[in-house]
Amino acid sequence: MEDLANQYAHIKGWGVDADPRNEPTYPMKNYTGDDHKRLNWERPPLQPQTVEILHSNERPNLTAVFGTSSPPSGLSGTIRRYAFRFSESEYGHWLPLLLADRINVVEGIVDDLKHGHLPNLFAEKGWNAAWKYNRKGLIQTVVVSAVITTAVVAFLMPRKKAHLRG
Amino acid sequence: MLAMNYRGPFRVRADQKPYPQILHPEDAIVRVTRSCVCGSDLHLYHGLVPDTRVGMTFGHEFIGVVEEIGPGVQNLKVGDNVIVPFNVACGRCAFCKQGLFGNCHESNPQATAVGGIYGYSHTAGGFDGGQAEFVRVPYADVGPTVIPDWMDHDDAVLLTDVVPTGYQAAEMGGIKTGDTVVVFGAGPVGILAAKCAWLFGAGRVIVIDHLEYRLDFVRKYAQCEAYNFRSMEDPVLFIKKTTDWFGADVCIDAVGGDAAGSALQTITGRKMMLQAGSATALHWAINSVKKGGIVSVVGVYGPTDNLVPMGNVLNKGITIRANQASVKRLLPRLIDHVQKGHLDPKAIITHRVPLEEVADAYHIFSAKLDNCIKPVLIPPSARK
Repeated sequence: MEDLANQYAHIKGWGVDADPRNEPTYPMKNYTGDDHKRLNWERPPLQPQTVEILHSNERPNLTAVFGTSSPPSGLSGTIRRYAFRFSESEYGHWLPLLLADRINVVEGIVDDLKHGHLPNLFAEKGWNAAWKYNRKGLIQTVVVSAVITTAVVAFLMPRKKAHLRG
Repeated sequence: MLAMNYRGPFRVRADQKPYPQILHPEDAIVRVTRSCVCGSDLHLYHGLVPDTRVGMTFGHEFIGVVEEIGPGVQNLKVGDNVIVPFNVACGRCAFCKQGLFGNCHESNPQATAVGGIYGYSHTAGGFDGGQAEFVRVPYADVGPTVIPDWMDHDDAVLLTDVVPTGYQAAEMGGIKTGDTVVVFGAGPVGILAAKCAWLFGAGRVIVIDHLEYRLDFVRKYAQCEAYNFRSMEDPVLFIKKTTDWFGADVCIDAVGGDAAGSALQTITGRKMMLQAGSATALHWAINSVKKGGIVSVVGVYGPTDNLVPMGNVLNKGITIRANQASVKRLLPRLIDHVQKGHLDPKAIITHRVPLEEVADAYHIFSAKLDNCIKPVLIPPSARK
């Protein structure tokens, strides 16, 4: 150990936290035996619920504190409520939440417009920084996106049917 | 007040939002003086974490000044400068009592698998985060720790997550003196994990990534070896060869679901979202570690499933250890390490960005522009 300490003397603090007990069960949990009392600890005061809070069906109640950011609303909120019928173990929980997240993005744009705010997508995507540090990459992204969008729109546009000659 | 506002994948902006309120007797309101964008914020930013709602403010790495306290707060006073751990923890549940402050059962109603985390989606409790001028801090007597007078606040803000997570990655590795430790990922957490591995007596520390500027940085900062997996045919084979065909004693996954390096994992995990992120780093860690070795996971994945070589975990007798860092438990030790000069967290800060330009900070960090390693956001009130 002393030889090693000399070998690594150039590294500040080398080995100061080395501990022979440091094997997979380390750091040992400060085991209190409370696990067998299950959820029956003395709970902190409970935060009053002022907005809709969804809670996992793997627990019987809300936690003593919770965040109140962005309560569920609109179509995405309906999907989120549906998702919370399923446990955290189920795709039925997580996949609807991902779908709700995507729908929520559209709701966010509509909400912006309703409030007279036209989202500045260029700024929100941080393209000011891209213009400064990665101009070529940004131009490539914009061109490729424009080409793909044009192709998709052209594909979806109604086409005149060719007249068949009998 | 000014706050970051999530608008959808790859879209954020700074907006005026209502000043936060005391909602619980043990709450405090903290005026943020610095906050960071974390690598795990990028998982939210990329739309990988379910129940990430539009309108939320991200940010789980922040420090600030106590502005207001609820009637039940006893250990803090208005004006205290505090480090706020990223975990929201009650200190009273069976898990907190065991030192598992990242697994609190009284801080996240939406999911039982993870405790509350500031600004980290509703899957982590729905708390608005610290990329704002002010933030609500629940259980103010438990998590927040007064910043010592001697401590640089740039060091302090990194003690909220990145340093404890890097340290715990090394700690969970069960490093024995002289061990070879391989860290996958040279992001901020990987850099700190490499640095901390020496504190536990590692004999050799190897970092694997694909960004040359980060490899250059970690080589100097953590005094370790660093290699680009793009320049090798197979990183697992490389680790086997460089450990005399034995395998590393300890492997650390410091990347999580945003990993590059495998087309299959990238397409299924990051593009098509058929799994909860790309598990390339974890895959390599499992296959690079020795038989009976330890894989320590601090990289963040989504809550569904990932493709990992479970058969090799069994056949090699590997121990996998993973958790969100228990910041509260680790802070005293880490403050001591900073004071003694064993750790120099602030050296990883590369960008200081006004909060108003939060969208640029996210893009720079996400796209790895301008040699970015760690961006710090400074609210307007902290610049006066």
